Amino acid sequence: MQKIIIIMLLIVSPFFFVGIINRVKAVWAGRKGSSVFQPYYDFFKLIRKGEVISRTTSIVFQITPSINIAAILFALLIVPTPVSGSVIKFPGDFVLFAYSLALAKFMTVIAAMDTGSSFEGMGASREVTFSTIIETAFFIVLGSLALLTGQVSFETIFVMLNISAGYTVLVKVLLVISLFIMLLTEGSRVPVDDPNTHLELTMIHEVMILDYSGPDLAFILYSTALKMVVISLLIADLIIPFNMLFLPALGITAVILIAVFISVGLVESLIARLRMSHVPQFIFIMTALSLTAFAIIIFFLRGGF
Amino acid sequence: MDWTEIKNLQSVLLKDVPLLSFDKLREQLINSVKSGKRLVQFFGNEEKNEVILYVVLADDQQSKLYLTSAKFKSEKTFDSLTREIPSARLFEREIYEQFGIKPEGHPWLKPVRRGIAGINSQEPQYEFFKMGGDEIHEVGVGPIHAGIIEPGHFRFSCYGENIHYLEIELGFQHRGVEKLFLQKKNNPVYLEKLAESICGDSVIGHASSFNSAIESLGEISIPRRAKLIRAIALELERIAVHLGDLSALAGDVAYLTGNAVFGALRTKVINTTMAICGNRFGRGLLSAGGVNYDISPELRDNILSTISRLDDEVSLAAEVYFSSASVLERFEKTGIVDFETALEIGMVGPAARASGVAIDVRSDHPFGAYDFFPVHKLTLKSGDVFARAYIRFIEIQQSIRIINEQLNNLTEGGLKKNFSSLKPNRLVVSMTEGWRGEIVHVVITGAKGEIKKVKIKDPSFHNWLALAIAVRENGISDFPLCNKSFNLSYCGFDL
Repeated sequence: MQKIIIIMLLIVSPFFFVGIINRVKAVWAGRKGSSVFQPYYDFFKLIRKGEVISRTTSIVFQITPSINIAAILFALLIVPTPVSGSVIKFPGDFVLFAYSLALAKFMTVIAAMDTGSSFEGMGASREVTFSTIIETAFFIVLGSLALLTGQVSFETIFVMLNISAGYTVLVKVLLVISLFIMLLTEGSRVPVDDPNTHLELTMIHEVMILDYSGPDLAFILYSTALKMVVISLLIADLIIPFNMLFLPALGITAVILIAVFISVGLVESLIARLRMSHVPQFIFIMTALSLTAFAIIIFFLRGGF
Repeated sequence: MDWTEIKNLQSVLLKDVPLLSFDKLREQLINSVKSGKRLVQFFGNEEKNEVILYVVLADDQQSKLYLTSAKFKSEKTFDSLTREIPSARLFEREIYEQFGIKPEGHPWLKPVRRGIAGINSQEPQYEFFKMGGDEIHEVGVGPIHAGIIEPGHFRFSCYGENIHYLEIELGFQHRGVEKLFLQKKNNPVYLEKLAESICGDSVIGHASSFNSAIESLGEISIPRRAKLIRAIALELERIAVHLGDLSALAGDVAYLTGNAVFGALRTKVINTTMAICGNRFGRGLLSAGGVNYDISPELRDNILSTISRLDDEVSLAAEVYFSSASVLERFEKTGIVDFETALEIGMVGPAARASGVAIDVRSDHPFGAYDFFPVHKLTLKSGDVFARAYIRFIEIQQSIRIINEQLNNLTEGGLKKNFSSLKPNRLVVSMTEGWRGEIVHVVITGAKGEIKKVKIKDPSFHNWLALAIAVRENGISDFPLCNKSFNLSYCGFDL
């Protein structure tokens, strides 16, 4: 029952968090800003619209938004929450998690190539380049956690994490920062991408979905937002112990998710976007941090000093 | 040398303009440009089945302009100057497009405004520059853009993420402005409005240039107070657009703070212009003979306090902006135009000054109030996006000082002088430093004092090529940033 409530809450929440980012940016810029629920209105507006499908596209273009949403919803079922754990769990489930996110990305990329537009081809090439780097880093994060806890399933990893040794705090800090970088990259936020720009030549994610309109666009926007929620849940998992009561756990998880998205908003307000050729260096920070965490774990597992 | 020596806004009788053979003109032109003079105008005017070619050269050190002409009767070709004087490339292409007179030996003779815009289906399609190779891909952008941008087509030849070559095709905004000036020559009010509409972000610049030309042809000197109000409006326009550009540059690198702060400051400045004349862009303020609106003592105090607050706020915002590592990382060493290139292709305005070319009409060829309030030329060296952004900041500060000085010396006196007619058979070169650079209007009158030719040159005319050169070997994702750092006009180019 609890699991159903939590999953339902998470399914409806993504646009609220996007609304938070927008609101933080608006307040920082001295504007009143739109309601945090504005992305919901936009979603329902798009759902009611008709759509234009380019004649040069094939079936791939049309099935992508649905596959995207399905793949990311599936990832949501695998990722544990500090409140109720995972819905689907089995040894090695995090590999399936990583690759259901990858499936969504793969579909977006080939759908972009499907349009035949040179813009979308550029966006696809950038997305794939950066994904290659981030995927490695993500598996180092997961590997570190598995090594630290000796577990191979998401839920048990995070349960065990709370009862392991003192140096895990350090590991947790490093991994939280790593995952935050992943959140910015995968969510196409500043400093990697700029969700607000109208300049096709500078876009990564936005340019790949240029040809989508109406309900398809609404699906894509929803899956991007949901993907950010899924990744921020991992951050919450690292911070919150898994042995709390339902209501306090729910409250703290909500606070942490909101804090994460306010941080995303602050990053977008305070720093400019990176030059495209420097984006890999930024993502390599994630690799470096997770490798450091990995090294610390090995060091302590072998008996420390 | 067979050239008439004139000054900015000094009209000259047409019969005093030397008429050379083209070969002689060509030889003297090449020598003059080699000795440091600058090609300002080079255009043809069709008169009684022959085309008269007028050439204006500027000697920026001596504050002098040199004028001469040549005649094409039945010749359909002439020896191109472009290989010797690269800044003549567009002028020659324009002559070819308008009169069919072919500059032989022009390295790349293609239309100026009718490449892809405005051609009908019977005409041959324009062939873009093509690059070969497996790794090369082409990206075409426009003429319809996302966002509120004027139409223009950009064709990139890239390898990977790098731009190897950019070809820019314009002309989609061609309205026939120069022809409209002649069609409506009997309606002076229409002409004033037309001059204001040449380029919507340089209303004061173009209006000031055109009206000054008319006043010079009418042989009147406008009241000092009117000159000051014009200069104040021109500087307000400069501040407003520069602030808007700093904001937009921040927007292009997704730097929210700079985008919001400079955007908000711009509003204060355009609202100041509105307080003077009722329009935020200064439409209706200038008219031939002076200005239409006065600055009352209360308004003067208001403007003084507004710009003194603006000075503090701009300095504070710029300090944060130009010390932000993430912004500098994007601006520095992006889109470099070096000094030699800038000089060679005839760049003008802040973009040229950012590359170290010290030209500024306000001090080289003073006009209006700048006769008695000299302006110091500001230059930077690096020629990158950073320099073009930073020069905007220091020019804003300079303009604030100029406005302060002029408002404090706002002499009493009339606003407008009436005049009856323009003097016949004359030519005047009117140069103004708009915020984007040198605006040149050449006006020629006929035997009855009617306007016979208006030739307009917006600063964008020269600077579009600078953009195409600046982006070479830069990432294609940096193109919008480079583009914004020039912020060139499409309609000013297309006319």
